[in-house]
Amino acid sequence: MDFSLTKEQLMVRNVMKEFAENEVKPIAAEIDETKRFPRETVEKMAKYNMMGIPFPTEYGGAGGDDLAYVIAVEELSKCCATTGVILSAHTSLACWPIYKYGTEEQKQKYLVPLAKGEYLGAFALTEPNAGTDAASQQTSAVFDGENYILNGTKIFITNGGEADVYIVFAMTDKSKGNKGISAFIVEKGFKGFSIGKIEDKMGIRASSTAELIFQDCVVPKENLLGNEGEGFKIAMSTLDGGRIGIAAQALGIAEGALDEAIKYVKERQQFGRPLAKFQGLQWMIADMATEIEAARYLVYRAAYNKSNGLPYNKEAAMAKLFASRCAMDVTTKCVQLFGGYGYTKDYPVERMMRDAKITEIYEGTSQVQQMVIAAALLK
Amino acid sequence: MNIIVCIKQVPNTNEVRIDPVKGTLIREGVPSIINPDDRNALEEALRIKDSHDDVKVIVLSMGPPQADAAIREAIAMGADEGILLSDRAFAGSDTWATSTALAAGVKYIGDFDIIFCGRQAIDGDTAQVGPQLAEHLGLPQITYVEELKIEGDKVIAKRALENGYFVIEAKMPVLLTAIKELNKPRYPSIKGIYDAYKGDKVKVLTAKDVNADFDNIGLEGSPTQVMRSFTPPGRTGQGEIFQGDYKESVKKLVVRLREKHLV
Repeated sequence: MDFSLTKEQLMVRNVMKEFAENEVKPIAAEIDETKRFPRETVEKMAKYNMMGIPFPTEYGGAGGDDLAYVIAVEELSKCCATTGVILSAHTSLACWPIYKYGTEEQKQKYLVPLAKGEYLGAFALTEPNAGTDAASQQTSAVFDGENYILNGTKIFITNGGEADVYIVFAMTDKSKGNKGISAFIVEKGFKGFSIGKIEDKMGIRASSTAELIFQDCVVPKENLLGNEGEGFKIAMSTLDGGRIGIAAQALGIAEGALDEAIKYVKERQQFGRPLAKFQGLQWMIADMATEIEAARYLVYRAAYNKSNGLPYNKEAAMAKLFASRCAMDVTTKCVQLFGGYGYTKDYPVERMMRDAKITEIYEGTSQVQQMVIAAALLK
Repeated sequence: MNIIVCIKQVPNTNEVRIDPVKGTLIREGVPSIINPDDRNALEEALRIKDSHDDVKVIVLSMGPPQADAAIREAIAMGADEGILLSDRAFAGSDTWATSTALAAGVKYIGDFDIIFCGRQAIDGDTAQVGPQLAEHLGLPQITYVEELKIEGDKVIAKRALENGYFVIEAKMPVLLTAIKELNKPRYPSIKGIYDAYKGDKVKVLTAKDVNADFDNIGLEGSPTQVMRSFTPPGRTGQGEIFQGDYKESVKKLVVRLREKHLV
């Protein structure tokens, strides 16, 4: 069993670490406070081919692999979970389904600029009445002989309003339930497509989370992704991969918080010695580091499987379930180690704790991950 | 135009610790990086490549086999190819032996217009290798370059001084050393990283391959001998803090300074 990263992956880690510390960390607190979408960071990431890491160069990607991509999300999230999810939603949820299910024309038209980072991508499945129960889609798509006409509303869409290209799911045949859902590639400028409410969130506050409104939105028939009725399959398989990205985000948040806490307990003096000298706190640090290491191997394993054509549905669910729980647990303990200071905005751990919570919710709640894992075991 | 950029792989001194007994650097577990000033030299070479036609950037380094990673990183940033001088015969080289080896490497490459070095390495701080290399090769040199222009067959460089600068013009071929004010180095691109490991972009050469002068390389060829290295002991004196009303404190401070004949 080989646990070593390739030379390329190691260098990706070094570069992402340096990039995150120099370009992302300095603005993390400010964009959290002001909810400002970090457009400049997206542009910088595009310049260094970070927006299409696992895709082949002929489609505008970096020619890398899923593990390198996961490492990128992890390193960004150590400093800023918002930046981590912008990259994760873009890569896993927008680029990947086009790469996997798109026609050659769709790949040339959409994947190439997405993977180059000239376009930002988003994925629109959730509706007010179709959250975990994703099959209850209300948005409809009616074919008029030339175009699909979309009507309905999507909510909680990551990168919504900032993205140029959206993967949108809609019912083409309500009588068929799951099998009546289809996927579409929708550009931000399409007639009848507008952005509604932008959410004001607890964490990942600079990530744009928007409502999408489709009012007789005209989508050309060549923008149908896959075949009619394949939407649910496309959505579920896309989320399988997306979960690895979110698990990496959770892992990064936990690591970032532990790094801050280790620095702090070495400096902070109480009862005449640094906190690091108190055994009770040493045990907390040891437990957190162990939990993080376990999360890391689950996340990397899922990414490794995906890159190597091995099954990853259950592995991705386990990685996300465990890593998001780890993020919540570690960030809560880190705030505890900082005491009163940890509860203030003078230190980043309170932001990390707020950011961690969403990893247990989006791209499938922890309970959904448990459903997926159980289904794989009990079939 | 061919530009040779000399780089050194160094331990990241931000993370380095000193062995309190031996007084030497603890290198174990310390990540290696391209020496920062060398990154500025490389960045400037890459900018020339970006803005001129037919520029080839060749990275040259002397070091252990692991230095391959530093050269690949330089290629991931945009350099065309790399040469690593790696041989036990080079081990223990001081600046003289290093510049002798690098000069042999440059002669092996042959055709060049500019040699670009960093001002100095963060693990040695000598700033000698660049100038020595120019002397070995009989080249004009401009050190501490903080701004650079290429005009026809010459370079015009702003050379930083403590309280000002020189503007110096030199015909190519020329050797330049870069300081951090010269530019902000780019990151390697992710695509560049994967490309850097494809194909045969790094050549590893021995002392024999480059026809190095064996009398002037390695530990034997190094005139510098390190007799002892140590960490200066920490100061033992106690500080004194004046607290309370600042006017009173300043008075007390002035009195104490007078007592010590410091003012």
